[in-house]
Amino acid sequence: MSNYILPFMVLGIVLYGISKKVDLYDTFLEGSKESFKMIVTIFPNLLAMIVGVNILVESGFLEFLIHLLIPFLKVPIEVVSLAIMRPISGNATLALLNTIYTKYGVDHFYSLLGSTIQGCTDTTFYVIALYYGSIGIKKIRYALKTSLLADVVGICASLVICYLLFS
Amino acid sequence: MVSSIMVSKIWGYFIVIGIIFGLISGNAIKINESILTSCKTSLDLIMQIFPVIALWLGIANIATKSGLLQKLSNSLTKLLGPLFPEIPKGHISLSYIASNIIANVFGLGSAATPFGLKAMSSLQELNSDKTKASRSMITFTTINTSGVTIVPTTIIALRIMYGSIDPTKTVVTTLIATSLATIAGLFFDYLFARRYHE
Repeated sequence: MSNYILPFMVLGIVLYGISKKVDLYDTFLEGSKESFKMIVTIFPNLLAMIVGVNILVESGFLEFLIHLLIPFLKVPIEVVSLAIMRPISGNATLALLNTIYTKYGVDHFYSLLGSTIQGCTDTTFYVIALYYGSIGIKKIRYALKTSLLADVVGICASLVICYLLFS
Repeated sequence: MVSSIMVSKIWGYFIVIGIIFGLISGNAIKINESILTSCKTSLDLIMQIFPVIALWLGIANIATKSGLLQKLSNSLTKLLGPLFPEIPKGHISLSYIASNIIANVFGLGSAATPFGLKAMSSLQELNSDKTKASRSMITFTTINTSGVTIVPTTIIALRIMYGSIDPTKTVVTTLIATSLATIAGLFFDYLFARRYHE
């Protein structure tokens, strides 16, 4: 069923556009053009994070740390790092997800779990800084605490749901 | 900005710890390789994601220009009212919040951000102490950061690129997890709002 969501959404948007006599083609091009600007911003971030994350992962430091701290853990380090990094950097976790797909295969349980964790929450630190920064508010009171607690719930829920449905 | 400083520090620690630990543990060759392959990986990744973003921004622009986004947000404002008791009925900030949520729900992160920023500035107009976050702002950012997404477009695109046999397999699990995160967020928000108020 989930295969039909995307085509139907595109169909719905285009049909509505036709009914409102929107110049579909030009409107599409106008929106699409913005992607260049976005990619220019995203690329250096992605490059920096993929390089940084890969150096850390390849050094074996995380393995060392996690083996030291939690010997009974059944989830691989990339997934643990993904969960920890999720609220901090969207690009870093995208890089980690990339690593998980390559290492275990895209339809492996860990990849499904990683995808769910990636999708279940947004990059909290980024959103908070951007939104409160835009109106010059520094006293954010309980905003970060609330959001981070929600992230923890989302990540734990991902773990439980994926184990129930996919393993 | 808090996040840029934090991300910058974390990134620095990754590299310093990674290289020093790698040299000590004898993984120097692996790190050397990983620096070089990382560059290629990131370029490959961006080249795969780019056309998907380009396509999606085009479709999103049709949804915005045709007024579909606005129309959907009108029906959502009624539902949102009770979550934001401090916003007067019919205030424009609710429409912006609704538009932001709808854009996020469809995985239109880039369309969501402009609406989100507009929501914040109109909430600031209602704010009695301009230096502090208002209750409504925190409720809004809580919903936003817990990421109400029905179609995780980036992940689907990535899974297609990796040749998945079922690229949309995680849509349902993501939906359940994100809903639980949002509900929990709203619960904590309510709890803290009462505690900070007293």
